[in-house]
Amino acid sequence: MSTPLLEIDGLTVTFPTARGPVDVVKGISFTLGRERLGIVGESGSGKSMTGRSILRLIRKPGKVTARRMTFDGVDLLSLSERQMRDLRGARISMVMQDPKFSLNPVMTVGEQIAEALVTHKKLPRRELKERVLAMLEAVRINDPSRVAGLYPHEVSGGMGQRIMIAMMLIPEPDLLIADEPTSALDVSVQAQVLDIIDDLVTGKGMGLILISHDLNLVSRYCDRILVMNSGEIVEQCKASDLHNAQHPYTRGLIAAMPRMNEDRDELPVLDRSTWTTGAGT
Amino acid sequence: MTDAAIHLEHLTVSYGDTTVVHDVSFDVAEGESFALVGESGSGKSTILKAISGLAPEWTGTISVEGKARGHSPDRAFAETCQMVFQDPYGSLHPRKTVDTCLAEPLAIHGIGGRDSRVKDMLAAVGLDQRFRFRFPHQLSGGQRQRVAIARALMLEPRVLLLDEPTSALDVSVQAEILNLLKKLRREQGLTYLMVTHNLPVVSFLCDRLAVMRHGRVVEIAGVDALKSGQLSQPYSRELYAASGGTLQSA
Ligand SMILES: Nc1ncnc2c1ncn2[C@@H]1O[C@H](COP(=O)(O)OP(=O)(O)OP(=O)(O)O)[C@@H](O)[C@H]1O
Ligand SMILES: Nc1ncnc2c1ncn2[C@@H]1O[C@H](COP(=O)(O)OP(=O)(O)OP(=O)(O)O)[C@@H](O)[C@H]1O
Ligand SMILES: [Mg+2]
Ligand SMILES: [Mg+2]
Repeated sequence: MSTPLLEIDGLTVTFPTARGPVDVVKGISFTLGRERLGIVGESGSGKSMTGRSILRLIRKPGKVTARRMTFDGVDLLSLSERQMRDLRGARISMVMQDPKFSLNPVMTVGEQIAEALVTHKKLPRRELKERVLAMLEAVRINDPSRVAGLYPHEVSGGMGQRIMIAMMLIPEPDLLIADEPTSALDVSVQAQVLDIIDDLVTGKGMGLILISHDLNLVSRYCDRILVMNSGEIVEQCKASDLHNAQHPYTRGLIAAMPRMNEDRDELPVLDRSTWTTGAGT
Repeated sequence: MTDAAIHLEHLTVSYGDTTVVHDVSFDVAEGESFALVGESGSGKSTILKAISGLAPEWTGTISVEGKARGHSPDRAFAETCQMVFQDPYGSLHPRKTVDTCLAEPLAIHGIGGRDSRVKDMLAAVGLDQRFRFRFPHQLSGGQRQRVAIARALMLEPRVLLLDEPTSALDVSVQAEILNLLKKLRREQGLTYLMVTHNLPVVSFLCDRLAVMRHGRVVEIAGVDALKSGQLSQPYSRELYAASGGTLQSA
């Protein structure tokens, strides 16, 4: 087997709290090839922190340590902040969980996508505009020329998510980390947007880390799945085997999902008392 | 006048020159749970915003608990009807702790017993007391959304407008919030108008649903039609199929 695209060994993220430092990610290890890896797990289990630490985007006073973190042979831990910035966006992109928070409120949507593109590739104005509109259309935005002129507060929740996805895909990165990229999309658009991402994985050999609460979605769109609980990976499986997962925590998550022909009066919930002391600081 | 909790008649909403909601009419009965589903950008959030006075350019009729709505937010209305926003960052003040955020509506409306009410509400939405003095950026996405829901419930409103209340939550917290919403409805007869793109959530919580596309309601159906895959309009059926449902002839 060739060397993996991403190798993470012993990743720990620590935050100081009133009760002393707390590890919100606890020494996890995994590798990623040119494949689709899903990360699921309950809220606060450390999924976003894991994604962000790969890009070294953990805000102070949070601290990241690892025995080893390499991307395509590059040691991420020893890169300067400047080298890291060159890598971000160009080779590794991240779609953040909260699109509106990540978009610049005083720039139009079109300007922001154009900026994402020119930082990595110089293009004539006209061609730039065409690429931006084509990308908005690719993420199934109706009326792209109107939307390109809107500010982030003027777009709907699902449009904001697709704009973020457009910005992150336009430089054609080698690795895409997508944190709940489609949680605000209707199911039909969701499928279309995931197909675009999927094309880049199969066509261009992009690696994908898909962080999501949606177990069905992850089992449909990924090759492999990691299940996280309070900062640890508790189970790994082939995506197609998710419904036969063994760990009681994973089984609890599956049972908690409502079904289309739902007739339960109450949904089963996880017994939090078994982990609230350790989890989530 | 009707005795519906929410009454919309020929509601049309615009932002400047663009009309985004066209001629929408429906009633939500007292104690009913009604879902708005449909295409992204089709105007679902806009309808909730118009009801709560945040999208002022509308024509038609909106009334809530028998009172006609004006075109702006007002304080008395806040005691009757509260909205939970789609985006939990936007609705929580970044420099206010969870405690301040929850106690504030009580203070504004001159309600006492704040300390114990805040504690009870945190417990009700499944947040441990240690989160009480944290700021929003110190919480995960799902934890933040639970604070937003808790805040809306502080004034014990009769009507809740819920914009994707669980789409940022993992399935286990979602289950807790859905159970909580169901319990509040059962015990206090609350009325919900809820936007969601998750059809199984509609099956669990709602009595009826309206399907929207391009700013219009294309179908209003009872939840049984959804559960049994018998929605009638082509777009509704497309959504159903994309959710993994098995279609039955309508
Ligand atoms: N600045 C901070 N100080 C202390 N704890 C923090 C801080 N930021 C995040 N945390 C904690 O880190 C834990 C992991 O957060 P993370 O955002 O990775 O969760 P997540 O798995 O992405 O959850 P969600 O599904 O809700 O987005 C959470 O319990 C959160 O409360
Ligand atoms: N402040 C605004 N100014 C201009 N246009 C706006 C504004 N807010 C929303 N819009 C437009 O109104 C339309 C409907 O938006 P709305 O947020 O109601 O959609 P939605 O059905 O809630 O979609 P989603 O499921 O993606 O959240 C969109 O085309 C959006 O661009
Ligand atoms: Mg997260
Ligand atoms: Mg919306």
